[in-house]
Amino acid sequence: MAEDTEQQTDQRHGSVYRVAGALTITRAATTQRELEALADPVTIDLSEIDRMDTVGAWLVYRTVRDRGAKVIGASRDEVSLLRQVEEFDKPTQVTADEPHNFIAVLRELGEWVAEAGSTLVGLLGFFGATLIAFANVIRRPKKFRVNAVVQRFDVVGVRALGIIGLMSFLIGIVIAQQGAVQLAQFGAEVYTINLIGRITIRELGVLMTAIMVAGRSGSAFAAQIGTMKITEEIDAMRTIGVSPIEALVLPRMMASVLMMPLLAFWAMITALLGGGIFVWLDLQIPPLTYIQRLQEVTPLTDLWIALIKAPVFGFIIALSGCFQGMLVQGDSEEVGSRTTTAVVQSIFLVIVLDAIFAVFFSSIGWV
Amino acid sequence: MTVPKDCHPIIEVRNLRNAFGEQIIHDDLDLTVCRGEILGVVGGSGTGKSVLLRSIIGLQTPEQGHIDVLGENMVGRTEDEAKNIRRRWGILFQNGALFSTLTVAENVEVPIREYFPFIKPPLLDEIAGYKIAMGGLPPDAGPKYPSELSGGMVKRAGLARALALDPELLFLDEPTAGLDPIAAAAFDELIKSLQQRLDLTVFLITHDLDTLHAICDRVAVLADKKVIAVGTIPELLALDHPWIQEYFNGPRGRNAAQSYEEGPVA
Repeated sequence: MAEDTEQQTDQRHGSVYRVAGALTITRAATTQRELEALADPVTIDLSEIDRMDTVGAWLVYRTVRDRGAKVIGASRDEVSLLRQVEEFDKPTQVTADEPHNFIAVLRELGEWVAEAGSTLVGLLGFFGATLIAFANVIRRPKKFRVNAVVQRFDVVGVRALGIIGLMSFLIGIVIAQQGAVQLAQFGAEVYTINLIGRITIRELGVLMTAIMVAGRSGSAFAAQIGTMKITEEIDAMRTIGVSPIEALVLPRMMASVLMMPLLAFWAMITALLGGGIFVWLDLQIPPLTYIQRLQEVTPLTDLWIALIKAPVFGFIIALSGCFQGMLVQGDSEEVGSRTTTAVVQSIFLVIVLDAIFAVFFSSIGWV
Repeated sequence: MTVPKDCHPIIEVRNLRNAFGEQIIHDDLDLTVCRGEILGVVGGSGTGKSVLLRSIIGLQTPEQGHIDVLGENMVGRTEDEAKNIRRRWGILFQNGALFSTLTVAENVEVPIREYFPFIKPPLLDEIAGYKIAMGGLPPDAGPKYPSELSGGMVKRAGLARALALDPELLFLDEPTAGLDPIAAAAFDELIKSLQQRLDLTVFLITHDLDTLHAICDRVAVLADKKVIAVGTIPELLALDHPWIQEYFNGPRGRNAAQSYEEGPVA
């Protein structure tokens, strides 16, 4: 298809823009440039055009609108297309109005603070709602969903054994290896066992388990409940008369609270195992001596501390996972962002609580 | 049920066979769409209307068969070759399929930016604004995100995006599903007027009997893994197929026909 343009400029009569071939989106950028280069008054000659699309018509129309150009030689179809373009020339907003930069920053800051506040209040409210649901279940134990809880035990607890065991085993090795390297400088390799025993039982076993459970189960809670929110399953439950807190949140919460101590204990054992193997192979301390030393240097209170912290962490993880899931509304994109928030929030809260616990237990003399 | 005499085929489907595992969706399916017509595709749930659409636009590779769109073979071609065709059609998916991270205006600009990167932002915005108005959206819809739109507005925004490149061929998958009757009638009207003005060919999947009566030139009926009949509604009514009879002569079918005879919905 021959595409050719011709521009004539005459001082007295202005310029003539003559296009042959197609006046379409394909050459919109060129056409715009050429038209802008012409001196007023412009006459656009469409007699040699064999195809014009809406973008071509728009370019012609805006020249007519803004610069009072004259159109000649338009066929019937072209005239109707131009008229149609004119009909749809309504003031349409394409980009959002942008407020002043400084004000925008202030507003964002304000929104952020308000949101943080309302999240905290919401989390407390959600906590209250679960307590009420828990009380209801205790009053009427028949309403307790045993199957749902057992199924969650499997998902949260049993299926996590492999990955948590492997992770803790490796962490045990890393602590032993790093500890041995540093302590060797003082000729105190034997204290590696103190390091392994105290750090894995008191802190790392339960903390790493909590992080793993938050990533594995907390995110799953948020995603499952969020998806159910979007598909209106939760609304359907409410209209039938089933409390979503009792049916969805409580089983997950109980599973998480009851499984966390078990998983944390499992994590400690595998970490001690990993450390023991390293100590045996690298420092030539036989397993029996290792176990004996562990008993001597690790106070029982370390284990109590861990086993007190574990259910609290489990509760926090389930609480923020389910809470963020319940907050989903709108589209599927929000499920993703809420899931991320759930994981970040629960890990953050777990570490804050861990710090509080550390200070508390030290001050009551469990050192 | 033959193809009209003055038909210039724009889509030709021959011997199409689609199957998911054991389940055969289409077997030996033939269909011709003529340039400039609005072809309605109807069929019960699960007869493979959407699968047929996906096969034609190349989202689903058929097991066997021949599909020509705009004179080019669609089966077994590379992505690069298909690009030329993709520029010449517009598709409105059932749920709009707007890109959720982009505003309505940006959604409309996506195809234009993809194929014509040299068009500068001011002109691009003008074109987008104009297409948004053409899709029948209110003037403040441009900067909104899809999650802020109602169902009807999502469809209109999807239509505006489908029309962004002035397609010759428009695919609509249940455009009026989920709209209230007034919005549905207005949408029908919009499609009809755009089709006449822009000289479009429209391939329209629908369940909406009002739409069929109001805007479709011909109707193709999918049943028994094939297109069992294609024709105008009176032609179809003359056939003695139980599903067609029940579809058009059931209570809803009669109502739609009646209201259309009394005067098309404005």
